[in-house]
Amino acid sequence: MFPIIDKKVLAPTITRLDVSAPFIARKRKAGNFVMVRVEEGGERIPLTIADGNPSKGTITLIVQAIGGTTKLLCSKNRGDALLDVVGPLGNPTPIGNHGIVACVGGGVGTAELYPIARALKEAGNRVLTVIGARSGELVILEKEMAECSDRTFVTTDDGSYARKGFVTDQLKDLLEDPPGVNAVYAIGPLPMMKAVANLTRSYGVETLVSLNTIMVDGTGMCGGCRVTVAGQMKFACVDGPEFDGHAVDFDELMMRNRTYIEMEKVSDHKHVCRLSGAIQEAAS
Amino acid sequence: MSANNPLKPSQRMKIPRQDSIEQPPEVRSVNFLEVSYGFDEERALLESQRCLECKQPYCTDGCPVGIDIRGFIDLVVQKDYVGAVRKIREANYLPAICGRVCPQESQCESLCVMGKKLSPVAIGKLERFVADYEMKNSLFTPPLIGTQRPEKVAIVGSGPSGLTCAAELAQRGYQVTVFEALHAVGGVLRYGIPEFRLPKEILDLETDRIKALGVNIYTNFVVGRTATIDELFDEWGFKAIFLGTGAGTPTFMGIPGESLSGVYSANEFLTRVNLMGAYKFPQNDTPIRVGKAVGVIGGGNTAMDAVRTSKRLGAEKAYLIYRRSREEMPAREEEIHHAEQEGIEFLLLTAPLRILGDKNNWVCAMECQKMELGEPDESGRRRPVPLKGSEFTLPLETVIEAIGQKPNPIIQATTPGLETSKRGTIVTNDRQKTSREGIFAGGDLARGGATVILAMKDGKEAAAAIHDYLESNGRTSG
Repeated sequence: MFPIIDKKVLAPTITRLDVSAPFIARKRKAGNFVMVRVEEGGERIPLTIADGNPSKGTITLIVQAIGGTTKLLCSKNRGDALLDVVGPLGNPTPIGNHGIVACVGGGVGTAELYPIARALKEAGNRVLTVIGARSGELVILEKEMAECSDRTFVTTDDGSYARKGFVTDQLKDLLEDPPGVNAVYAIGPLPMMKAVANLTRSYGVETLVSLNTIMVDGTGMCGGCRVTVAGQMKFACVDGPEFDGHAVDFDELMMRNRTYIEMEKVSDHKHVCRLSGAIQEAAS
Repeated sequence: MSANNPLKPSQRMKIPRQDSIEQPPEVRSVNFLEVSYGFDEERALLESQRCLECKQPYCTDGCPVGIDIRGFIDLVVQKDYVGAVRKIREANYLPAICGRVCPQESQCESLCVMGKKLSPVAIGKLERFVADYEMKNSLFTPPLIGTQRPEKVAIVGSGPSGLTCAAELAQRGYQVTVFEALHAVGGVLRYGIPEFRLPKEILDLETDRIKALGVNIYTNFVVGRTATIDELFDEWGFKAIFLGTGAGTPTFMGIPGESLSGVYSANEFLTRVNLMGAYKFPQNDTPIRVGKAVGVIGGGNTAMDAVRTSKRLGAEKAYLIYRRSREEMPAREEEIHHAEQEGIEFLLLTAPLRILGDKNNWVCAMECQKMELGEPDESGRRRPVPLKGSEFTLPLETVIEAIGQKPNPIIQATTPGLETSKRGTIVTNDRQKTSREGIFAGGDLARGGATVILAMKDGKEAAAAIHDYLESNGRTSG
């Protein structure tokens, strides 16, 4: 069992969990992920490790409640425990000194980007960060990102906070303004990463993206996470999760990720019913 | 001739080979309960009396782990079933599993003298009977453990080779720790072999027996990631390591359409069902979607498991698509027979060309081509050759590729100096020793894709080699 040591709600649907996992805390690097199974009968889901504390033996997971399992996870509290946590999985992010790098995070992807931005800063890069969210209340880690970035920009789709628009609007400005940008690290929803990759392609700026795919085991066993990169079949769990954004077939991946969309609704409904049932029970 | 069996050889030969009790095909093809219930006591006794107790027991020569088959059957004749299972356990620590999944027909039973003119003694079913008898009546007692030894040995992977190696070493008194990447123990016995062939309850009980020997098991621990091999030596203090991580990486054919929704590797399909319990969705959270028509590509045991599973998940048409003929199929005869009984349709001499999708990116059909058999290839089997103009389109909603697995690359990639073959397997000598001192390997990781019992044989041989290694000098350098 992996006890939850601390919990903080960062935004209406986004929760931060510090989980005791001493072996993983010691080994994890920026870009690694874990597979989590919350309880018996549950799914295994991949979650990027946002941070870690080797001396305390904890890792930080930042979770957006979007489906049954993530809602269940966000409902857990300090003192609860996760049944299974395994990792650190995937290849760590290659951290080089590019000169000027742009770190582009969309939604909860900002949490995954945070350890990478910090590592890039430590490697001597000038880090320009762009955080995007649907609205102001969903902007997360702005302060933390600002601490490891030379400049930080925020965009919101609805303009309720900071610049109205998409991350690509801000990124375009950064690419255009001399001296430009030498490399881009983009993590967020697939359509966002696709848009970023399309933009940077025209500038010839190398772009790394982190792919979230269907996964069962996370160790190269199932092949459910297969993606086409430069015309080759790759497994996101062992060959990635990060790939050259200009070579990824995003359209194919977006279609694949819709495989279980109907069944996810059923599972989601089950958990929502059970959670609200538990809340009612606790209240009565 | 032992005095325990009162029958003369001529009388023994008159007893017909006993059939095991099975669920009727039309009943079992829609449930996940075990297909075969094995023998009852009466059948087991009759079957045991068929054994001729040959002076030269060839059956044991056919057993990869060298079980004293004549000896255990003699104990069955005497109704000493617990004595019989203990006799088996001297050579094989997992009898309830081997009695179910071993290909006896090509091993012990193929050499049984009775089989020359009549049917061989049903050795596998007898093994299963005594193991189940002990289990049902809770008569298991752990074997005596040798003098405790201080050396720590790590076993990587809790499949058949790892569990066997762990049991052997623990009985010799070593401090044994097993590391398993998944959240449950058993490796391919857990994620690969379906409930209807090997109930998970049996696996859990066999695992408990290994824990009863003092073996410590870490689940959720990916060696190579959570800790590397060198860290296990240098920081954890292990003196020897056995690698039994199997062949768990699926291969795909490389035909167009493999990215469509509804295309699975057999590994993913079976893992969802067996490990994650997707057949109980939505009670369990892991989903699986099986269409009305399912096509499984391949001719091995994994293909049989996948196609029979798809039938149980509600497929109206479940096809097995294989490019050679029935004779060349690598699957066990019993599995092929069971699949046929359950209404699986075999499309033999048929090769897939491409998978077609609908507007939602879901599989809707597969284009195939008929084959004929040409000259034998390097495997000795006749090579399938395409028949020109024989292309046809098969409507399908699910495609499962069961064309073979290769070893997972994580350990090889994170362990310097570990020699691997072009196929990705770890190179070992005849005592399961790898190119690195103190590291041994076996099972599918070394063989590339074999059977449960051969993995157990490797685990057993590796344990003996590790013992000799630690006795002689131990680990001197990395």
